[in-house]
Amino acid sequence: MNIPNRKASDFKSDIDPIWCPGCGDYHVLLSLTKALAQLGRAPEDVAVVSGIGCSSRIPAYTSCYGFHGVHGRALAVAAGLKVARPDLTVLAMSGDGDGFSIGGNHFLHACRRNVDMTYIVMDNRVYGMTKGQPSPTTEPDWDSALSPGGTGLSPFHPLVIALASGANFVAREFSGNIKACTATIVEAIRHPGFSFVEILSPCVTFRPDEREWKTQVHKAVVEATDDPARAARRIMTDDGFNTGILYRGRREPYFASVAERLDDVAPLERAFEI
Amino acid sequence: MNASSSPPTVARSVSFAIVGTGGAGAVTAGSLLLEAAGKAGWYGVMNRSVGPQIRGGEAAALVRLSPRPVSCMSKRFDILVAIDWKNADRFIHAMPVAGGGLVICDPAAGEPPRELREADCAIVEVPLGELAKSIEGGRENMIAAGLVAELLGLPDDELGEVVARRLGRKGASAVETGLACIAAGRAAAQGFGRSLPLEPAAPSGARRWLITGNEAIGLGALRGGLQFAAAYPITPATDVLEYLAPALAKIGGALVQAEDELASINMIIGASFGGRPSLTATSGPGLSLMMESLGLAAASETPIVVIDVMRAGPSTGIATKSEQSDLNIAVYGFHGDAPHVVLAPLGVADCLFTGQWAMHVAETLQTPVIVLSDQSIGQSRVLIDRPADVAFLTRRKAYEPAVQSEYRRYAVTADGVSPMALPGQPGGQYTADGLTHTERGAPSSSRHDQKAQMDKRLHKIESFDYGDHWGIDEGQGDMVILTWGSLTGAAREAQEALAGEGIGVRLVSLRQILPFPHARLAEALEGARRVLFVEQSHSGQFQRHVRAHMELPFEIRSLNREGPDLIGPDEIASEIRDWNSK
Ligand SMILES: Cc1ncc(C[n+]2csc(CCOP(=O)(O)OP(=O)(O)O)c2C)c(N)n1
Ligand code: SF4
Repeated sequence: MNIPNRKASDFKSDIDPIWCPGCGDYHVLLSLTKALAQLGRAPEDVAVVSGIGCSSRIPAYTSCYGFHGVHGRALAVAAGLKVARPDLTVLAMSGDGDGFSIGGNHFLHACRRNVDMTYIVMDNRVYGMTKGQPSPTTEPDWDSALSPGGTGLSPFHPLVIALASGANFVAREFSGNIKACTATIVEAIRHPGFSFVEILSPCVTFRPDEREWKTQVHKAVVEATDDPARAARRIMTDDGFNTGILYRGRREPYFASVAERLDDVAPLERAFEI
Repeated sequence: MNASSSPPTVARSVSFAIVGTGGAGAVTAGSLLLEAAGKAGWYGVMNRSVGPQIRGGEAAALVRLSPRPVSCMSKRFDILVAIDWKNADRFIHAMPVAGGGLVICDPAAGEPPRELREADCAIVEVPLGELAKSIEGGRENMIAAGLVAELLGLPDDELGEVVARRLGRKGASAVETGLACIAAGRAAAQGFGRSLPLEPAAPSGARRWLITGNEAIGLGALRGGLQFAAAYPITPATDVLEYLAPALAKIGGALVQAEDELASINMIIGASFGGRPSLTATSGPGLSLMMESLGLAAASETPIVVIDVMRAGPSTGIATKSEQSDLNIAVYGFHGDAPHVVLAPLGVADCLFTGQWAMHVAETLQTPVIVLSDQSIGQSRVLIDRPADVAFLTRRKAYEPAVQSEYRRYAVTADGVSPMALPGQPGGQYTADGLTHTERGAPSSSRHDQKAQMDKRLHKIESFDYGDHWGIDEGQGDMVILTWGSLTGAAREAQEALAGEGIGVRLVSLRQILPFPHARLAEALEGARRVLFVEQSHSGQFQRHVRAHMELPFEIRSLNREGPDLIGPDEIASEIRDWNSK
């Protein structure tokens, strides 16, 4: 196959991100554009769908078709688009608040439904856009104005939940590792069905402590498995900083899709004749 | 038994109810009779009344037949056949028998309820159970069908044909048994010494259709180009989805059952962004959940249709009963200023047109369109003449790659509608956004962009030519019945009855709720002295909506109330009669 020669810059728009200097999301954008260049599809054949949050601003920073929807509903928009237009490469992108809190129910059902698309969550364990409230992945003792002394709640475990809900590809990366992120995004897009990638992406403004992540993350020492039980055991027992592709499933992707429309509704009308 | 020997007078409309416990087959009997009546050239309407129990509660088929098109049930029944009286106390008050009407029941099923014993009607006992037992595999509901057929003068050929087709799937012996039951029912009715023959239908060249409002709205949307639907089940809208799922599959489309209404509305937004005409169907609780994303569709200019089959609210309300009380949320429920379109079918048959028109308007204007149907029309099955074909030239304004200038998705144009690029089109890439945006689609918080885009979105909706579809204006007189949507049929019957008495009344009914058709309504109300608002809403949402948009220098009366007690033609007529006498 003749893959056209594309550069990461072909997938960048001319809009300047609103992100703070040092925000991990810049790196996610870079890895995404590199991955799309490697995949070789034209920007117009890729759609990037998001919700609301700092991270969810990403579609407009690409040169792809983008949809910046409401808070928490990126997965639903993306699923509708992919079923309606199976010819497109569809990515949904969220923050941890967008994807696991307000959009949590869609996350479960998107994993179950297994539409052939890729879901990237830029997890900074905080609500960045609304200026520093705890999210479902925030540590229980993280102090903030809204939850003084911490929430006292045990954090949501995205990878375990993705796996338990039926996601067909599960991976974790750190935004600062551009090469690994790029490679994993490529693999996620290529893998049939619903692929979930959690990218640890520091919020340097409200979680300056997350600058340390670069020293904490480590590559998983094992190969990806297609056995969900093994994957579950590994993910349940890791320290949250294990990176790499952790599970590649073999489920058939969601079946329904829209084809070219047959314009004749007359046969449908005949059903009502007596 | 109150048998009269005088020759029966021919009726212009006959209503009957067949009641029994769920599973007794009352609804099957009713629908066989309805279809056979259609084959014999009559028109009709059938409602099912089911109790709140999912299975095993009471079930009733309520049918009205006429040689002329009918659009609503009558409030009183000429014939009531009870297969049994179980749970009768729960529903009998909703099925009053007309003066001189006929109640047919099995003595083995016990005494009829007191309401009927004390009413001015004849009670005839027929051993339905015994008759059924005398035929191998026989069932009481088919005996009941035979009884009613005989009383109305429904020809044997047509009924036989329908029975053969419907029961044919179960084998030849099932058909034979069915026919034997019908014959037994007919024979029993001949012994009554009375009947209620319906005026024969005038031969009509048109092909007759048997369809519900929920099916018709789905079919209309398909005529309008529908390719994708996503939805979450909810009474009384589920039938729209159950109709569309296989129908869409047949034309290459798809329906996705979503995890909730937040998902379903966003799925159709995604599919429509991809270029596929899309809809969802729901009822009040679901519409409430969809409001935020309806605003997204308005701001991102993504065409979608949301069908709300209204039920009695607020909250979970009465899921199986009708009301016209979602007007406020449909019109005013958005946060921010979000121009959009709200339409309402004027009856069961009009669901077809309105469904198609809604798709046309959504696609043409790149806007959300909410269609306010309701349980009373959505779940009524009617016999109608095949509706005319309506041709709309439905096309989204397409992006055409221009070499020199960069693409502006939200360009301010003369008609306010901007060319819409679809994923896959090179050079058309943009990010659809609910954030205030520039003409290119880039997020903006400038007051200039806010104003320019708001003006544009309002302009496209207000300057569009909705043609003559805004509503209807029928009849003459300085008294006006002013209504909307599903009550149009009842209002029209009232108007016709009044005309027969020499009272001329105008009927004005709105199909276009938003944008408000001021000019057309003002014209329709010209010369009016008295206006009677008719609506199925406790607070009079429709009247408030009209008042918000125009002066009403008339004497005003209102006939409005909550569901489930539907406003009928008799009530409307007597309100006008009363007013006319003052
Ligand atoms: C319905 C609704 N509720 C609340 C908000 C306010 N809001 C905007 S972004 C956000 C949280 C974003 O957090 P996250 O998804 O983690 O993204 P981040 O900004 O950290 O990248 C919230 C609560 C909103 N936009 N819409
Ligand atoms: S607030 Fe945090 S998440 Fe948002 S842009 Fe700044 S660093 Fe990034």
